[in-house]
Amino acid sequence: MTQIATGADSYAAQFAASAQASALPNALASLRDDAFHCFDRLGFPTTRMEDWRFSNVAPIAQTPFVAPERTPTYGQAALDALSLPKLGGPELVFVNGWFMPGLSTTDGLPAGVRARSLAEVLVSDPDTVLPHLGRLARIENHAFTALNTAFLRDGAVIEIGAGIVVDAPIHLVFITTGGGVPVMSQPRALVLADANSQVRVVESHAGEGDTPYLNNTLTEIVVADGAVVDHYAIVREAQAGFRIGGLFARLGRASNFSSHAITLSGAIVRHEAHVVLDGEGAVCTLNGLYLGNGQQLVDNQTTMDHAKPHCDSYELYKGILSGRSRAVFNGKIIVRLDAQKTDAKQSNKALLLSEDAQVTTKPQLEIFADDVKCTHGATVGQLDAESLFYLRSRALSEAQARQLLIHAFAADLLSHIKIDAVRRQLDTLLTERLPVGAGG
Amino acid sequence: MLEIRDLHASAGDRQILKGINLTVNAGEVHAIMGPNGSGKSTLAGVLAGRDGLEVTGGTVTFKGQDLLDLEPEERAREGVFLAFQYPVEIPGVNNAYLLKAGLNEVRKHRGEPELDAMDFMTLIRERMALLQMDDTLLSRPVNEGFSGGEKKRNEIFQMAVLEPTLAILDETDSGLDIDALKTVAGGVNALRSPDRSMVVVTHYQRLLNYIVPDFVHVLSGGRIVKSGGKELALELEAKGYGWIETEPATASV
Repeated sequence: MTQIATGADSYAAQFAASAQASALPNALASLRDDAFHCFDRLGFPTTRMEDWRFSNVAPIAQTPFVAPERTPTYGQAALDALSLPKLGGPELVFVNGWFMPGLSTTDGLPAGVRARSLAEVLVSDPDTVLPHLGRLARIENHAFTALNTAFLRDGAVIEIGAGIVVDAPIHLVFITTGGGVPVMSQPRALVLADANSQVRVVESHAGEGDTPYLNNTLTEIVVADGAVVDHYAIVREAQAGFRIGGLFARLGRASNFSSHAITLSGAIVRHEAHVVLDGEGAVCTLNGLYLGNGQQLVDNQTTMDHAKPHCDSYELYKGILSGRSRAVFNGKIIVRLDAQKTDAKQSNKALLLSEDAQVTTKPQLEIFADDVKCTHGATVGQLDAESLFYLRSRALSEAQARQLLIHAFAADLLSHIKIDAVRRQLDTLLTERLPVGAGG
Repeated sequence: MLEIRDLHASAGDRQILKGINLTVNAGEVHAIMGPNGSGKSTLAGVLAGRDGLEVTGGTVTFKGQDLLDLEPEERAREGVFLAFQYPVEIPGVNNAYLLKAGLNEVRKHRGEPELDAMDFMTLIRERMALLQMDDTLLSRPVNEGFSGGEKKRNEIFQMAVLEPTLAILDETDSGLDIDALKTVAGGVNALRSPDRSMVVVTHYQRLLNYIVPDFVHVLSGGRIVKSGGKELALELEAKGYGWIETEPATASV
């Protein structure tokens, strides 16, 4: 108790200092104030709360994280050492939540498309972002959303003008590095895709060092009528790193949004994706691939909120778990009274490679309309012994056979990744990171 | 080539093989016949190294070495091939990929250079013609969505690519119509050679009209109870297995 109380006090002191140090627009200062009060009231979640029942974040609550200032010394060499995928297009790099102009490039953005630092926009052009910040990511009931918002200083703002198709994917790189101090990085990303525009946004999350850190990120995406947005969140946190990520999207009429949540590493990784299908004929795909080993906890939470008629949603999450890792999948589908002709599909499949790995999967359907199709399914299994024997009888080693089968398990999700550089790298990482020895 | 001596094996607590003796020389084709549950598939599984079967006695020597001591993949690289009774569907694993990986493992083991994509495709096309296989099956996942006949053809096609010295065909005829049976048998016959032996496990004599064996053995109650030439198969077809099961087991103990 004392430890947690100390933690809260320390956040209050840091919040007060941060509020004094930053000259923020009034509207934002008051949003931050509200957010801190929410966080203060809520405290970190415990396993007594339904949405956190299987996800114990006590290790996060017990670590006194420090909100860091800019880290201007972070250089290209350190960035290269993380070997993130090279997408060859615009790339905004953030270190501990702060934009790093020297490491970033916006070359190649077509006219009518802007990719800027949130801190800069808040000074030069706050009216662009203020109506959107916190509109989808609500602070009232979520401690981590409140915490991120309370400490909101910097992040990415991407605007795509109406009808513009952006060819090169926009890469957002979020790096957390504490140099021995338990830092909390809380960047924010705001993507505004205007009517009939098309864009691909890739978030890469990575961290360094053996000290625990918290990468608490929020992404809000507004997909206007007819827009097509393809989003990726690739999580490669350090072994001691914690990552809580929220993705919030609102889909307009006949728009198409897909998001791929790829979790490769991190001590506790929780990824939440909350989508409102808020215009007729909108289509949403949420895919996820998660790897767990050691003592990792990987938690995926999704809400697919069908608010309007004739919308389709597809969800496919697949996990590969070994060691003593645990995974949680909680998929909520809401079909509002108005949302007739909804077609919603959801599936979570997990492959357990060890005796001690665990997965908890829970579909949650709340259907208020009467003319809808909703299907959900979950499977948990092990590598098929007969398939292993078949491959070995064709001269493949046991390790090769296991790798091939594990890879095959993930193959359909990989095939949905349309950015070649991302898919190729995931292919390689999957092969490198999967435990192939007998018994996992 | 293959020497099986007093082989005993069990699955769980059920003793299935109770003293098998069999010698297969290079170039010979041996048919193993017998009623359901006599141990035919268990024998095939033990030779290929299937999990869950425990050898409780006896020896199996293959090309002078202890076969039972080898992992399934080591057996395959040494030249043992099992055509599965129920070929496994493996979604997400490409047929051609599996073949190339398997073939290159075998070649590495033999001290031969790995085949590049070009040479591999040349070989593949030549062997596909042998089984009248459709090109599109190559790029599909292993056995996924294949018809019964396609699966069995695919087994023999894999055998044609891997070029084993000992091929074990486990009820390759089951579930095949007569045209498919002829195609599969034609493929097998094309692969007969003086340095390749075959053990053909079957319940019915019909397959043996097309793959004519040098020897026929009848397995019953976990033992070989009768051996003879190809005419034994015809006798079994005419009289059924009943007359054999009632005979005392003369072949062992």
